[in-house]
Amino acid sequence: MEIAANPAANVRKTDYPRQINKTLARISPWWIYGLGLIPAAWYFYLGAVNDLGANPIQSFEHLLGEWALRFMIATLLVTPIRDLTRVNFYRFRRALGLLTFYYVLFHFLTYFTLDRGMNLPVIFVDIVKRPYIIVGMVAFVCLIALAATSSNRAIRALGRGWALLHKLVYVVATLGVIHFFMAVKSWPPRPSVYATIIGVLLAYRLFVWVRDQRRAA
Amino acid sequence: MPAYKFPTIPSSEITPKALFLKRRQFMTGSLAAGLIGATSLPALAALNATQSRYIVNDKITPKEDATTYNNYYEFGTSKSDPAAYSGDFKPTPWTIKIDGMVAKPMEFDVTELIAKMPLEERIYRFRCVEAWSMVVPWTGFMLSELLKQAEPLASAKYVAFQTALRPEEMPGVGGFAPVLDWPYKEGLRLDEAMHPLTLMAVGIYGDILPNQNGAPIRLVAPWKYGFKSIKSIERITLVDKQPSTAWNVAAPGEYGFYSNVNPERDHPRWSQASERVLGAGGGFFGGGTKRDTEKFNGYGDEVAGLYAGMDLQVDY
Repeated sequence: MEIAANPAANVRKTDYPRQINKTLARISPWWIYGLGLIPAAWYFYLGAVNDLGANPIQSFEHLLGEWALRFMIATLLVTPIRDLTRVNFYRFRRALGLLTFYYVLFHFLTYFTLDRGMNLPVIFVDIVKRPYIIVGMVAFVCLIALAATSSNRAIRALGRGWALLHKLVYVVATLGVIHFFMAVKSWPPRPSVYATIIGVLLAYRLFVWVRDQRRAA
Repeated sequence: MPAYKFPTIPSSEITPKALFLKRRQFMTGSLAAGLIGATSLPALAALNATQSRYIVNDKITPKEDATTYNNYYEFGTSKSDPAAYSGDFKPTPWTIKIDGMVAKPMEFDVTELIAKMPLEERIYRFRCVEAWSMVVPWTGFMLSELLKQAEPLASAKYVAFQTALRPEEMPGVGGFAPVLDWPYKEGLRLDEAMHPLTLMAVGIYGDILPNQNGAPIRLVAPWKYGFKSIKSIERITLVDKQPSTAWNVAAPGEYGFYSNVNPERDHPRWSQASERVLGAGGGFFGGGTKRDTEKFNGYGDEVAGLYAGMDLQVDY
């Protein structure tokens, strides 16, 4: 649940969070889409001109996956930042969430076309047989559901169900890091870093939920 | 179609022992005369090697790719890390020790070893367990040539290899959760180690090994997954029991002791049926190819006999 801002705190001389929020209110969320798609466009360009190393297709695939995790983290940061600092990026959360979806979509499309060459039998075997692909696909399907219900109209139509459905984002984030770990050898630092950050962000939700349960009791 | 032509070496072509001993004598003499030594290291940059007939007819991977896309976790887990972070690594001076079940335990200075061993260039397929492959021109000598000098005892059944562990020079070995149980270890059965395909490489593309490729001396066993070809070796130990190996210890169900390239035995998490051939150039649309992986990486005619009667699904 949300923590109501303490009105007494607003008496302070300079209310930085409020000033920041005023500035944020003037920024269009479209900037987030525009800026957020730059890495994908840039790496696609590098890959097309053979500047992505010896294994450009896999590098591109991995970069897209990592950027998806970064946008997932950004999306999950909105609420704790608001709770803890009153700085509110809520207006940009949908854009960040959709960017997560777009990067997972690009990640999937790269796998489907460049990596597996649209070889459907091979892809079918992957999907039924490879646990890390299965985990990735489940996360992708969940994200499709979230992206499909991200419009204002869907939010209105689903009512209270919308918030419940969008709790799926926690499942997606968890599957995302599991997918990363399962695709690599040993326990290297990169997936561990993402797992730790996402773990902390999910633990925060759990903490707030438990606290609110106790208060309600 | 076999991936390469296996040369049957006529005995006349094998350097007689007396001759190579003489060559060694000459080298020792030159060392004393100061002709060769640490100061002449740059001269070693271009290696003098005879062209071997152990070659595959595939397109050679560009040097740029083979020296910037590496798995050498001591320097980091990203493919670009070894080239980027191995600058502090000092491959000279370097001593390689042969001990264990041998009649003559030995220590070699690698610079001297390079000078006295008969070097040849071989073009081998290199298949990573991660389902990519390269074609690399290695310069080196047969491991058997080195082991023979130490005279393995009849009780020796396996050869254990160990990579140097230098935390000050290897940024990837530190931290509270090591990626592998350092130092990196590998092993071969003695007959695998004595096989003519098994190479001790000291160079690639005609030059000495760059740090990221395992300087100053590494193993190359082309019918096995790349991680078996242990880098920067400082110790070789002859033993009677199957030695523990780094990846096998880390994940025994995924990386067997043998780890022969085998398209019929998938990695538990991914397929080994095909591989992406790196170095086609041209980026995404340059026609980079996938090809079916061959059993024993195409070296089956030569090495399959080593595993006669074994179930390679069990002994993977």
